[in-house]
Amino acid sequence: MYRWVAIALLAAGISASCFWATSAQKEKNAVSIQAENHYQRAFHELTYNMDLLHEKVGTTLAMNSKERLSPQMLDIWRITSDAQGNLGQLPLALLPFNKTEEFLSKIGDFTYKTAARDLDKTPLTDQETQTLNGLYKQSKDLNNDLRKLQHKVLTENLSWLDADNSLASRNETMDNTIMDGFQTVEKKVTGYDEANTGTSLVNNASKEHSYKHIEGKKISEQQALKKVKRIIKDSDEKSYDIQKSGKGADVAAYNIVYQKGNRHANIDLTQTGGHPINILLDRPVPIKKISLNDGKIKAEKYLKDLEFQNMEAVTTAEYENTGVYTFLYKEDNVRIYSDTVQVKIALDNGEVLGLSARNYFMNHRDRTIKKPEISLEDAKDKVNPNLEIHADYLAVMDNELGKEVLCYEFLGTYQGITYRIFINASDGKEEKVERLEGTGSNI
Amino acid sequence: MLKRKIGFSIIILYFMMGGIQAALPAGEVQAFSAQVIHQGAVGDDVIELQTRLQYLGFYKGKVDGVFGWGTYWALRNFQEQFGMKPDGLAGPSTKAKLVKASKYNPQQSKPVQSANVPIGYSENDIRLLANAVHGEARGEPYVGQVAVAAVILNRVESPSFPNTISGVIFEPRAFTAVADGQIWLTPNEQSKKAVIDAINGWDPTGNAIYYFNPETATSKWIWSRPQIKTIGKHIFCK
Repeated sequence: MYRWVAIALLAAGISASCFWATSAQKEKNAVSIQAENHYQRAFHELTYNMDLLHEKVGTTLAMNSKERLSPQMLDIWRITSDAQGNLGQLPLALLPFNKTEEFLSKIGDFTYKTAARDLDKTPLTDQETQTLNGLYKQSKDLNNDLRKLQHKVLTENLSWLDADNSLASRNETMDNTIMDGFQTVEKKVTGYDEANTGTSLVNNASKEHSYKHIEGKKISEQQALKKVKRIIKDSDEKSYDIQKSGKGADVAAYNIVYQKGNRHANIDLTQTGGHPINILLDRPVPIKKISLNDGKIKAEKYLKDLEFQNMEAVTTAEYENTGVYTFLYKEDNVRIYSDTVQVKIALDNGEVLGLSARNYFMNHRDRTIKKPEISLEDAKDKVNPNLEIHADYLAVMDNELGKEVLCYEFLGTYQGITYRIFINASDGKEEKVERLEGTGSNI
Repeated sequence: MLKRKIGFSIIILYFMMGGIQAALPAGEVQAFSAQVIHQGAVGDDVIELQTRLQYLGFYKGKVDGVFGWGTYWALRNFQEQFGMKPDGLAGPSTKAKLVKASKYNPQQSKPVQSANVPIGYSENDIRLLANAVHGEARGEPYVGQVAVAAVILNRVESPSFPNTISGVIFEPRAFTAVADGQIWLTPNEQSKKAVIDAINGWDPTGNAIYYFNPETATSKWIWSRPQIKTIGKHIFCK
């Protein structure tokens, strides 16, 4: 009798402790994932900060007017302090990491001082421009190394906790890529001791006009379906499913899903006028048979068929056997940056795989565009003289206040990088300077 | 001794002939494909274009097989100096003039992996986004994956969320795949494709900043958000 009771108690005890052990283990796992995520976030933010820093310093060098320069310096200062914050969260306390910090504080000091002073009265001296140039070069090299390390962290799933643990146990002979990577970065910065004290998506379209000017009659579900069948070029009723958008939608739309074999599509048509705001067709595109240029011709024809008029391709890019084209609307030879449309073409047979016309329908309307008040030559004088100008246009873009303004648009290069500069066509204000080169590959 | 010399000569002769044989097909290789090369293109034609423009001193950048702005201005300068209309397109006549004026040996060019990266994003940004999309929506239809990427980008734009990609992804309790570590699964090609579509402007959600799976959602609050639409298993909302 006692024996059975003892066995039962023991069994209960063992299973209870097993349960406790597994739940403790689970908890521990959850905590370490959280800690790891925290480190990962700080690290990826740091590399992003450094990327942005490099880009901003580059744009600063391409700028001319003082009104734009001061906010730019403030911006760099803010990013620098972000970067310092993120750096401080990384588990590097045991490493001599002060050189990178030093670089950040140098650039922070410089931009703070210049932003705080009245650049109208005391503009940047040649010495200061040189300093900025030096910082630009340093940030480029730092970036390259950081990006290489980031690439390794992402592709090899390196863990910061492991790096931290091996640091904590003071294991001298460790083989740790994260540590090695940071040591490389560190060496680079040290090499600069003598040297002295370098956006986010291009988006000139406003999102605030919110479909106020959409034209047309309200269409029924049946009419919407009919239109979509024409777009997808398949009249098989069974392959479609149609729903009305919910009350959170910016504009009332019909959401249509199409599915047949390995072809799967999603189409949004506005209920007013039946305009296509988003089309995405997914199917395999295994080979490339037609060129990016041929694809552009297909995209132009497609837009005409959908009754978009006066559209001009401004960017073209090839991704994995598909071509992606951004078009903007032109009115009397003025480029309207708010009214953009993207088209995606399969480069095997030229089929249209996608259309994104949200910006266009959000903003497009009849505009009365004034004549420019200053001449092209006057506008050119407002551009940084170091920039070599290759092309000019008239354009309407959204300025910082979200207002559409008529500008002269210049494309120019400085130190091998291409920039786009908008100069206000009525008062000559430098509205925007943006870098057109991507940050590039890391291999 | 003599025998050895003959032996050597035979070996040398053999190599020379081999060399000639190897050189012959290279001479016959057609320069460029028949396609018109447009800005934004990637691949062998672009590598040849850059190498030839570099040979003539017009192109000063890296031969990376991506037809970017640097290549564009170089090509226009070339067209201008050789009496053509500077349109920045490498068509038949431009290519013919280039071939005549410069040298190119495809065997000598190093193989490069060329890929476009949308402006404002690094390859690592794309990889991080692809990780998140794969962890969150790998069982979803393609459009559902583009949608998840679009929500992350919408959050970056939104004033109520962090303003960096990594900030949004690693925000505590924001994504379940981050909380349970699934984000560190290796993403497939499809999630990368979805990310690039989202970056290039496709937003199937219609500007949503939240989404949830109604079968597994535990929070009551999420049901109070104004819904926009359903894609796959996810409901997207404002």
